[in-house]
Amino acid sequence: MDLVQLQRQLVDYRTSLYHEGFLDEQFTQLQSLQDENNPDFVVEVVSLFFEDSERLLNELSKALEQQVIDFKRMDAQVHQLKGSSSSIGAHRVQKLCIVFRNYCEAQNVEGCLKCLQQVKHEYGIIKTKLESMFQLEQQILNAGGSIPV
Amino acid sequence: MARNGGVAWMRTTEKIDGYDLSTSDTEEVHVLAVDDSLVDRKVIERLLRISSCKVTAVDSGRRALQYLGLDEEIQKKETNGFDGLKVDLIITDYCMPGMTGYELLKKVKESSAFREIPVVIMSSENVIARIDRCLEEGAEDFIVKPVKLSDVKRIIDYTTTELREGEQREGTRAKRRGINKRKQREGDDDLSSSPPSTLSSSTSSSPSSSIQSATAPSSPSTLDSPTRRLKMTSSE
Repeated sequence: MDLVQLQRQLVDYRTSLYHEGFLDEQFTQLQSLQDENNPDFVVEVVSLFFEDSERLLNELSKALEQQVIDFKRMDAQVHQLKGSSSSIGAHRVQKLCIVFRNYCEAQNVEGCLKCLQQVKHEYGIIKTKLESMFQLEQQILNAGGSIPV
Repeated sequence: MARNGGVAWMRTTEKIDGYDLSTSDTEEVHVLAVDDSLVDRKVIERLLRISSCKVTAVDSGRRALQYLGLDEEIQKKETNGFDGLKVDLIITDYCMPGMTGYELLKKVKESSAFREIPVVIMSSENVIARIDRCLEEGAEDFIVKPVKLSDVKRIIDYTTTELREGEQREGTRAKRRGINKRKQREGDDDLSSSPPSTLSSSTSSSPSSSIQSATAPSSPSTLDSPTRRLKMTSSE
């Protein structure tokens, strides 16, 4: 595939992520903070988000396996996940966290379990999609092109 | 995952004892950013750098107080290399484990040495009672997360203006500004913590204010009310 095609593919892919509600305007914000002097800013922030999310999702899984479930602590963890997903524009994950927090507040185990599964699922999707997008960007850079805004 | 393993970021900051220090030496606004979230710290740091600020990012209220030298248990030693970096502005998250941003705000405002430093609170939750409480305690501004560049630029703009004009003003200035913001924000007369209904970003003051001190006319930049960012649709 030539450079122009790659760039077009990237733009289309990115656009679809917004249209399908995977990403929101906050992701655009982050992209606008990137420049020649900080060319890896978005990748770095998103990497931190991945690490943070995986840690939190693990902790939430463990929390729900306990004999006595600490809903308050879980709520705090979901709050953290909501915050970081909001900060990078991971829209679907953020919205699910809101629902998740309601179940925590209601101390509804079934609801929490279901929500956790959904959040893990959505997280997996956005992770794959962002990684694909970054790979496409890297291909463009390797081909000597610049990433279209 | 990262193309160069995060080295670009590490090049511009030094990590010492949990503090992230910028190494610039110029006379820029020096902001102390406080947030327990690593993602948010990275973002706010970038936003501040782009706005030409020097940034020190810490992960808790406790560390912020330590940095300022206000921690009762740990006093800054004379040999501490961080001494002398005057903080011009504090931006802090509200919800943090241990010490909340509100508690940090109070500690700063209670300190004779640091009460003049403007403190801005960030929160993902746009709860009116919370915003009111912070502004009444002397917070400069309240930003609803996720933080955008326009939020940071606005704050730096009027912080810079205040710094330039600042020496002759009194300490009640911050409190008055906080009150101004509250007045500007009000779309209706009810000052109690009723559920947000029709908050507008109008700059007219509320007729039913119960504020004691006289309100000075606000400079144009402060009319961009922090609570313009209150998004009705994002309430949970």
